[in-house]
Amino acid sequence: MNNMMGIIKLDSPISKMKELCESRPVASLPIAGRYRLIDFALSNMVNAGISSVGILLSDKARSIFDHLRSGKDWDLARHREGMYYMPSESSDGRAPIGNLSGLYNNLDFIEHSPADYVLLSNADTVFNIDYNPVLEYHQSTGADITLVYYKTKTERDGLASVLKVAESGLVKDVAKQPKAEAGACVGMGVYIMAKEVFINLVKTAFERGGTDFMLDGIIRRADEYTIYAYEHKGYVARVNSVGAYFTASMDVRKPEIWEELFMGENVIYTQRKDAVPVQYKATAVVKDSLIANGCEIRGTVENSILFRGVKVAEGAVIKNSIVMQHVTLGEGATIENAICDKNVVISDGKVLKGAENYPLIVSKNAKI
Amino acid sequence: MSKNKCLAMILAGGQGSRLKALTKNVAKPAVPFGGKYRIIDFPLSNCANSGIDTVGVATQYRPLELHTYLGTGNAWDLDKRDGGVFILPPYAREKGADWYKGTADAIYQNLNFIDTVDPDYVLILSGDHIYTMDYAKMLAAHKERNADATIGVFEVPWDEAPRFGIMNTDTSDGRIIEFEEKPAQPKSNLASMGIYIFSRDLLDKYLKEDAEEEGSEHDFGKNIIPKMLKDNRRMYSYAFEGYWKDVGTIESLWQANMDFLEDEPPFELSSDWRIYSSNPSLPPQYIGPDAKVSRSMINEGSMILGEVEHSMLSSGVKVGKNAKVTNSVILPFAVIEDGAVVDHAIVAQHSVIKAGAKVEGKPGEILVIPEKTVVEA
Repeated sequence: MNNMMGIIKLDSPISKMKELCESRPVASLPIAGRYRLIDFALSNMVNAGISSVGILLSDKARSIFDHLRSGKDWDLARHREGMYYMPSESSDGRAPIGNLSGLYNNLDFIEHSPADYVLLSNADTVFNIDYNPVLEYHQSTGADITLVYYKTKTERDGLASVLKVAESGLVKDVAKQPKAEAGACVGMGVYIMAKEVFINLVKTAFERGGTDFMLDGIIRRADEYTIYAYEHKGYVARVNSVGAYFTASMDVRKPEIWEELFMGENVIYTQRKDAVPVQYKATAVVKDSLIANGCEIRGTVENSILFRGVKVAEGAVIKNSIVMQHVTLGEGATIENAICDKNVVISDGKVLKGAENYPLIVSKNAKI
Repeated sequence: MSKNKCLAMILAGGQGSRLKALTKNVAKPAVPFGGKYRIIDFPLSNCANSGIDTVGVATQYRPLELHTYLGTGNAWDLDKRDGGVFILPPYAREKGADWYKGTADAIYQNLNFIDTVDPDYVLILSGDHIYTMDYAKMLAAHKERNADATIGVFEVPWDEAPRFGIMNTDTSDGRIIEFEEKPAQPKSNLASMGIYIFSRDLLDKYLKEDAEEEGSEHDFGKNIIPKMLKDNRRMYSYAFEGYWKDVGTIESLWQANMDFLEDEPPFELSSDWRIYSSNPSLPPQYIGPDAKVSRSMINEGSMILGEVEHSMLSSGVKVGKNAKVTNSVILPFAVIEDGAVVDHAIVAQHSVIKAGAKVEGKPGEILVIPEKTVVEA
């Protein structure tokens, strides 16, 4: 047990992955065969003993309600505390810009919590972290704010909070940059701070006309705070584009990453479903793939991720692809270098191919 | 629970001694089956799907794991405000304590529970069969015939009939004329499935009488049913058609698992008549670059780097490089290391077959590796 409360923001940018996020926020993007992205943020909090988590909603929230429901599958449907949905509309009924107004309008929830610390996280990242050492670090440095970051192994596209961190862990500078060089310290959108610091930061930034928590709350006022940074050394994938989604998906197949994320002491929870174990029929050929329960395979599957209930008929081939829930491939159908969204039906003999570095996206419910 | 309703009682106290090593630490109904299920999931899911929302489970032998598994009944959607799963172990009274002395006694000792629920009908089930069945239809037949008791029967091959409790019926209306336990010269091939519906008042009366009876084995098949027949009660058979398998022995448990690996399985586990089970939080399985998997079912959290052919693998199983698993049932979190060979075997939970080791049974002689065993090369 500890005395943190959690807040998860769902407003991560979707501009580079519009096809996948037409009807859902990044947080409910299916990933790794049976999860939604938010499962990582939420499970990490639950595993740290956090028993009160606010979900700061943004638009297209229906898929989030469908997935989280009462929070029961994360053990957050409690008599006291548990999961709270934080609607982001403002008191005057206008659609808010940025995440700051949502936080501001839900400050009473935070004020009423008995927790001493607030842990804030995005829901767009694949990672498994133990937050207790982060809290201990935060307490030991006497920081106002502690950011969690990772060092990118490769150059990373997309807007990123790049940190300059002194050897002591003190943050010298933090700035939003259009991309991060290999080896850069990149913020993961995870912050720990005392509740009073958080409330004060949100109030001040919002009342001065700010809209974004990171930009107006932290970056523009970095001089006023003592900010320390904690390096997460495990696997991290921030999903901010189709390319990043494809890479992260292919990564989690790797046995060492699969083990680190899913088979350790800290479990990643998700909505429970009653699907049958995977059925491999006599003609099945499966290589280097991640297969979720409920799949029935008679064809060939290579270098791919199959979500629940995918049916692959005899002679059908799936290569280098991500195939979401309840997709059906008819006899001899082929997909290669593709992301197939939910419930797609590909009839006998049809061939769908993307380029190796540019996956073809087949949208939800399409019949081909 | 509204009136005119049916309470189900599952007899889950048996040791299942013929399952040998597999029931050393758990009761038979909690033995894993079909990659992710346990045997008791079948009667419980049948209850949930038949609209029976109150289920008593009489437990006795090694109940810890079974009790933990049943929990609040949430997995079967049976955590109801009015109803749910009730775990009924034997308990002590003012005059001392008794174990359940037989199937009838297990119900007799819980008559106070039945009084609390106050049903009109009581459905008695056992926890050792793999099947799907709509109990609501059986109940409708019971009501339609104004029966005192209805017994589920299954047509078995004539040569196997001497191994079962056989019902001799009036073929015109299914009324039971005679019951013979394991007859040498069977007159019929309708075997009792151990599934009974009783009108509650009569069940109450016969159980109380039987409890007083000197020398009774307090068993439904041996005592209650024959007594009711003798009294000329309205006893009817209810014929079940479909897949029904007693998994009380190692061979039959293995065979039933293999049945589900057929190209057309005996029944769909995920149809509208879904078999529910408690789902652990494990990731999708990983099939490695050199793996070969066919005619098999594999559950979540498993990692397959070698060859799996005609086998049933539970959750979290590891099969190493160049290892070969054929015609086998591998229970949760067992590890088959690199180059090991497993054929015609049941490898129980958390066992390790070390690199290069061989575990080979043969048809008719399925080898069982007990829980947490390490088999060296």
